[in-house]
Amino acid sequence: MSPDSQSQHQALDENVVFHVHGVTKVYQMGEVQVSALRGVDIDLQRGEFTVLLGASGSGKSTLLNILGGLDTPTEGHVFYGERDLTRASESELTEYRRFHVGFVFQFYNLIPSLTARENVAVVTEIANSPMQPGDALKLVGLQDRLDHFPAQLSGGEQQRVAIARAIAKNPDVLLCDEPTGALDSKTGIVVLQALQRINEELGTTTAVITHNAGIAQMADRVIHLTDGLIGNVYKNDTRLRADELKW
Amino acid sequence: MRAIDIKLWRELWGMRMQALAIAMVIVGGVSIFIMSLSTLDSLFETRENYYRNHHFADVFASLKRAPLSLVKRIREIPGVDKVETRVLAYVNLDLEDFDDPVSGHLLSLNANSTGLLNQIYLRKGRLLDPGRDNEVLLSEEFAHAHDLQPGDKLAATINGRRKVLSIVGLVLSPEYIYQIAPGAMFPDYLRYGVLWTARKPLASAYDMDGAFNDVTLTLSKDGNEQDVIDRLDELLKPYGGIGAYARKDQLSNRFLSEELKQQKTIATIFPMIFFGVAAFLLNVVTSRLISLQREQIAGLKAFGYSNFSVGLHYTKLILMITAIGVIAGIGFGIWMGKGMSNIYMAFYSLPFMNYVLNAEVIIAAVLISMGVAVLGTLYALYNAASLPPAQAMRPEPPAMYHTTLVEKLGLQRWFSQPTRMIFRHIERRPFKSLMTILGISMACGTMMIGGFQEGAIKHMVEVQFGMSQRSDLTAIFTEPTSQRSLYSLQSLRGVEHVEGFRVVTAKLRFEHRSYRTSVQGIDPDGSLMRLLDTRLKVIDLPPEGIILTDYLAEILHIKVGDMLTVEVLEGDRPVVQVPVVGMAKEYLGLNGYMQLNSLNRLLNEGHAISSAWLKVDKLHQPHVYAELKDAPRIAGVVEQESAINSFYETMDETILFFTFITTLLGGSIAFGVVYNSMRIALSERNRELASLRVLGFHKAEVAYILLGEMVVLTLIAIPLGIMIGYGLCAFLAFQFDSDLYRIPLVLGLKVYAFAALVVIGSSIISALMIWRNLAQLDMVAVLKTKE
Ligand SMILES: Nc1ncnc2c1ncn2[C@@H]1O[C@H](COP(=O)(O)OP(=O)(O)OP(=O)(O)O)[C@@H](O)[C@H]1O
Ligand SMILES: [Mg+2]
Repeated sequence: MSPDSQSQHQALDENVVFHVHGVTKVYQMGEVQVSALRGVDIDLQRGEFTVLLGASGSGKSTLLNILGGLDTPTEGHVFYGERDLTRASESELTEYRRFHVGFVFQFYNLIPSLTARENVAVVTEIANSPMQPGDALKLVGLQDRLDHFPAQLSGGEQQRVAIARAIAKNPDVLLCDEPTGALDSKTGIVVLQALQRINEELGTTTAVITHNAGIAQMADRVIHLTDGLIGNVYKNDTRLRADELKW
Repeated sequence: MRAIDIKLWRELWGMRMQALAIAMVIVGGVSIFIMSLSTLDSLFETRENYYRNHHFADVFASLKRAPLSLVKRIREIPGVDKVETRVLAYVNLDLEDFDDPVSGHLLSLNANSTGLLNQIYLRKGRLLDPGRDNEVLLSEEFAHAHDLQPGDKLAATINGRRKVLSIVGLVLSPEYIYQIAPGAMFPDYLRYGVLWTARKPLASAYDMDGAFNDVTLTLSKDGNEQDVIDRLDELLKPYGGIGAYARKDQLSNRFLSEELKQQKTIATIFPMIFFGVAAFLLNVVTSRLISLQREQIAGLKAFGYSNFSVGLHYTKLILMITAIGVIAGIGFGIWMGKGMSNIYMAFYSLPFMNYVLNAEVIIAAVLISMGVAVLGTLYALYNAASLPPAQAMRPEPPAMYHTTLVEKLGLQRWFSQPTRMIFRHIERRPFKSLMTILGISMACGTMMIGGFQEGAIKHMVEVQFGMSQRSDLTAIFTEPTSQRSLYSLQSLRGVEHVEGFRVVTAKLRFEHRSYRTSVQGIDPDGSLMRLLDTRLKVIDLPPEGIILTDYLAEILHIKVGDMLTVEVLEGDRPVVQVPVVGMAKEYLGLNGYMQLNSLNRLLNEGHAISSAWLKVDKLHQPHVYAELKDAPRIAGVVEQESAINSFYETMDETILFFTFITTLLGGSIAFGVVYNSMRIALSERNRELASLRVLGFHKAEVAYILLGEMVVLTLIAIPLGIMIGYGLCAFLAFQFDSDLYRIPLVLGLKVYAFAALVVIGSSIISALMIWRNLAQLDMVAVLKTKE
């Protein structure tokens, strides 16, 4: 079998949510070219909790953004189920993000002029069968902070609003870029608990970028990125619960 | 409400001061647009209604005397519909308790009638009774000026005989909407009036029984105006016709048309400025907002909001700000439009004013402002819509700074570090700095227009009556007389100096162009009337040839040295060729000037004069008036100075209204530009300034960096604004030029100073408001948030 037809075959596999094949990403910075990804091949399984590790600049965010339909690779293909995201039009990508993907950003990206509840509503209002914003916030333990503005929330609370916002639409995949990067360990654990709960209760395929190797212990699978290439990939035999983590 | 719309409202509320400052500029544009167009429509509509309902004539002609039998032949001219003949006389009026000379036009009118054409509008009292010889109807403005009512009496010197007339009614006439004495510059309701009286006594006083000296007519649908005028001229020639003219050349109508033209210019030029500034402000504010919200935009897109809906989101914000301006602008515009219409109704003698607000005007105002707002922000909106979501997640790259030109020139050692920051910041955004300067200078320029009007009129008066025409009084004889009449004037006590002159109506022609005006024969050695050249130097009048008002030469396309054809419309009606020997600067009317002797030679009339200029000792003025009123051979006396003063009084209110509005609008532009620029600078440099505070800079030192930039920009903007204002005034003066008057382009120091002061004042107000924001600069919070 040629590599191409094999990838085709794998993409049709029921349990593969993301099939990434030969993805490169080159940024043109004036005269210089920066290769953020240099030929990445990876599959993510349905319901899997994946952690992406790697040094700064290794291409983690670039990969996650491509998976989420925020960016397109320079070369290669990314399949979401049977759909080739690299061939999708701008508006198809928008639809894809709207109905299938939940994002959690490193810097929260909350809208400062909207309350916690309204920040969630911004997303649920355009989704297909979302939760109530209040319910989503309850899932992350913020039922008492519904009408607070972002400026009135702590960093961890803001991050939890961001998670509530990401899960409220009942997404098929949840992509998180350093969700605990700006948090102390105690708050970080609360946030991770929320992610774990969603992964377990709703079966949402979850990918989390982190610099914190400790977090890797709660993953089904850990993927190392080095210099734009997939390095070490391993499965955890026993997953730790979020509250058992230490760092 | 959808959460994304809640975001819109909250953000609008958060930037309410900025939004308001922009909305104010839009209010300016929309309100002037609505004001001038609705006033234009109202004035136009009112005039049309008035003319139609009162059968305003299409063609007018004056003559010496023709028998009524001629009317039949006038009617037979193809294209003529209705014809009305009149007896018309220029008379001296005598009012109790008012010593100044008062003159008026006395028109014949049938009993119980408002006339066939140019029908009068009865405001008070009743029409003329049949069989009463001494009844008179008075123009309302004149009656009001003298507090005269039906039942009161006044005396008139009719063909040398004093007659007491009793007032029975006050009226308006479509012929005298702009009621101005012949040869005068401004309306003066105290010293000039129009009166209507029974035809029979008036006719017999002037030997016009069975005759007429004035005729007006309307055209049938297919009538050709020029054709009718030519035939009428031919017909009236033997009877001393001085040339028929069309409605468009009728004096009162001419003034009104000029006014309409000016309104139109105002309706285009001012809103253009305001919309331009508003578009610029919206652009800077949205550009800033969008760059502040890069991450939010990226987030929205990551959640599945489409490029279009993100673009629409910000478009809505812009349209909401614009809508505030448009709604308030429409209200304010209607208020100003009504105010203007009332001023017009008072200024012109109109019986009513239909305030017309066409839906088209409102729709146009809405569409134009919305369109301009979106167009001005298109680039920013496009940026928001096309921001790739992944890119937007990264913070904006740090701004690029360069060493500035001043520093390259090696001047930096004169500047402190903060001063260098000011210059670098200005140079970093050359386009924005330029637009800010342009915006402020537009404010400065707009305000100069307010002061320009007043100054121009003052200058006009100074030149015309201070330098050129220097007499105190002009006495008009009933008919051309010999120079000897001057002796009797000279001998009056209080008269210091007298100069006679001759005025004849003539058609001046060069090639295919012609203009009907008067030629004045004046004493070349006289001191009461001097011709001025463009640099306001006195010109010597050569013994032969004619000097023309410069604007008349332009109309005729004639230059010095060309031969002008002068078709005299009086007496033997000679047609002669006269060389043009010079041009004279005049702001009012168009004339030709010759030496008295040489004009008289053309006319074959010996040493005749038709009027005289008098220089009178102030102390004896009342006495001189009294003598002149009773002098049988004097038809009317015109006094200029008081006419000017009374004009100033009528204009005062208008000018005040106008100055108030231009100041308000100019100030709002200045405030809008300065306040928004500073707010944005503050937001862009929040971190930088807070860091300086952390490093130990005082609040005032930090303010210096921020406000110093504005001071630099304002100081550059003021001289530029003065240049722009000068250009705007020049453009307006050029647009308003007509054969009735030319507006001189003179701008006093006061005008410049006032404009500059309002700009500086608005900047200070914005600076004070920004100071409050600076005081709230939160060092801790600012440093905690990410870049
Ligand atoms: N928009 C861009 N333009 C130019 N270069 C980019 C852009 N985005 C990423 N890069 C470059 O691509 C490389 C990978 O970036 P990426 O953001 O994926 O790294 P990362 O692994 O997420 O790092 P970190 O852990 O610091 O977030 C880096 O060298 C970065 O400088
Ligand atoms: Mg990253």
